[in-house]
Amino acid sequence: PCSPRQLPKEVVLKLYRTMTLLNTMDRILYESQRQGRISFYMTNYGEEGTHVGSAAALDDTDLVFGQYREAGVLMYRGYPLDLFMAQCYGNTSDTGKGRQMPVHYGCRDRHFVTISSPLATQIPQAVGAAYAIKRADANRAVICYFGEGAASEGDAHAGFNFAATLECPIVFFCRNNGYAISTPTSEQYRGDGIAARGPGYGLLSIRVDGNDVFAVYNATKEARRRAVAENQPFLIEAMTYRYGGEGSEVGAPQKPTFLRVLVVFSPLRGSIGHHSTSDDSSAYRSVDEVNYWDKQDHPISRLRHYMLGRGWWDEEEEKGWRKSSRKMV
Amino acid sequence: LQQRRGIRLSAPAPIQVTVRDALNQALDEELERDERVFLLGEEVAQYDGAYKISRGLWKKYGDKRVIDTPISEMGFTGIAVGAAMAGLRPVCEFMTFNFSMQAIDQVINSAAKTCYMSAGSIAVPIVFRGPNGASAGVAAQHSQCFAAWYGHCPGLKVVSPWSSEDAKGLLKASIRDDNPVVMLENELLYGVPFEMSEQAQSKDFVVPIGKAKIERQGTHITLVSHSRPVGHCLEAAAVLAKEGVECEVINLRTIRPMDIETVEASVVKTNHLVTIEGGWPQFGVGAEICAKIMEGSAFNYLDAPAVRVTGADVPMPYAKILEDNCIPQVKDIIFAVKKTLNI
Repeated sequence: PCSPRQLPKEVVLKLYRTMTLLNTMDRILYESQRQGRISFYMTNYGEEGTHVGSAAALDDTDLVFGQYREAGVLMYRGYPLDLFMAQCYGNTSDTGKGRQMPVHYGCRDRHFVTISSPLATQIPQAVGAAYAIKRADANRAVICYFGEGAASEGDAHAGFNFAATLECPIVFFCRNNGYAISTPTSEQYRGDGIAARGPGYGLLSIRVDGNDVFAVYNATKEARRRAVAENQPFLIEAMTYRYGGEGSEVGAPQKPTFLRVLVVFSPLRGSIGHHSTSDDSSAYRSVDEVNYWDKQDHPISRLRHYMLGRGWWDEEEEKGWRKSSRKMV
Repeated sequence: LQQRRGIRLSAPAPIQVTVRDALNQALDEELERDERVFLLGEEVAQYDGAYKISRGLWKKYGDKRVIDTPISEMGFTGIAVGAAMAGLRPVCEFMTFNFSMQAIDQVINSAAKTCYMSAGSIAVPIVFRGPNGASAGVAAQHSQCFAAWYGHCPGLKVVSPWSSEDAKGLLKASIRDDNPVVMLENELLYGVPFEMSEQAQSKDFVVPIGKAKIERQGTHITLVSHSRPVGHCLEAAAVLAKEGVECEVINLRTIRPMDIETVEASVVKTNHLVTIEGGWPQFGVGAEICAKIMEGSAFNYLDAPAVRVTGADVPMPYAKILEDNCIPQVKDIIFAVKKTLNI
């Protein structure tokens, strides 16, 4: 497995820019929904690390089956902002011809299968696709994303089992973000998360810190390599948090020992990541819980600290990028 | 003085109640009345329900009566069916009936057929409920109407309320019924207030399953509908009344067993029939009504072929202008009426 020192600067900068651009787009589209311009939206706050870390470790032609909170994977692959927008607004530029709810992106050219709403149905489909791919091309993999809640569906059981019995080149990527709408993991399952289920099916499993982009990258890279080389399916469980807060991810640069200067309680930063725009998670999450993640454990601020430490980024660049990324969106 | 003599000096007052509150009242009253009744589904407990139908119930009745489930429709539906077979009376909530497809084997092969297959020895007194049909801007996988799918199956009762009275009365009747009942609600109706009579506000108010209601009397044409389109029919009737056309609007209330007698009696009177539904046209509720009318005596009283107004025969698109044109609108009903009456 590679250490962060081996990832070149351009890749690291791309990881950072993608995460922050996604965050910016999320904030503006969330506001659009609040203003009634689109009917629905789902943000990716806090989980950006899982998207770009895994996307960077894949080949461009690897087939992606997502659940609905993986826009960063598509963004990493170069899907343009105006097509994200067009899909959400359902306008004439939308390649989906206005037929799908917002965030139900799809792009054949970038090998990203169109998002489908019912949970976990993508899991057996991904396995079937992996089986087909194995027969056609020895150097291609499938990655299948889902949340820890969706893993409760029967389709997940069938998918895991068949991936192993059919020996498919597939990486299952579980984003364990702590909640399924309001249902916490303590009510979703009583076992040791999703990773512990893998060996029961004959999957090789690993649990990673989903907010550490490099850990996600390393795990995905190795899983993908072996999935293709040995037709051994892998299960990665990335521990993260369905986090939010309008601006806290792009806050002032700081050392980890400092407490955040900008108070989380201020109106700009008080909101937390809801399941979707149909949800208000203050009903079931305490502010304290969200504060911890905000103060210490966010993939964007962690990567920024790393970049600052290497001298690859500074406050000027941060200011400039914040401005230009917002302008682009 | 008034209280001692028990004199009422004013008429009992009807009040405005939303469909959501009516359903909530029904659940509350039935949970209180019968300790075997319990509610299960995703987000129904502390979150008060994805659409807040079960607001306050977990707080009042606790973990044993209001149960949050992990995300597996197939799992919790199967569990609910088993609980019903063992003597409890579950109310199984689907966040939307679109998701019931994940569990439909349990609903049809187990809940619906068990009484027959066991020659009556095993009852499945269960209610499956949740929003059905089109909402607003939720596209193909959240907008399908399942009235025809469930209405097709012997062993199930299927109800489809429109007003708050319908919602409360039918839910109570369904919970008290020893058969599996599918109750098809409508998300857009949840927030709509309707007048509820004092009688309807009482704890024992029940709307009988299998009986339609005539919402508006008329003489020129019969409009038959269920759920939200009933409201559209009444709007169309108001517009047409200005032009001298009096529509009789029938709210089916129950899909299965369907009260075709009320429809027949109306057709005998008006000689014209239009059916209106949100679901797709093929093999739908309107198709069944037309077939039943042909098979009965009312056929001889028709002066024109019956016409169906339905949702468009496509998966529901997302963009508003596309979606609006995929559901039956008031203008579509008016058009169908005029076509049938040849005016």
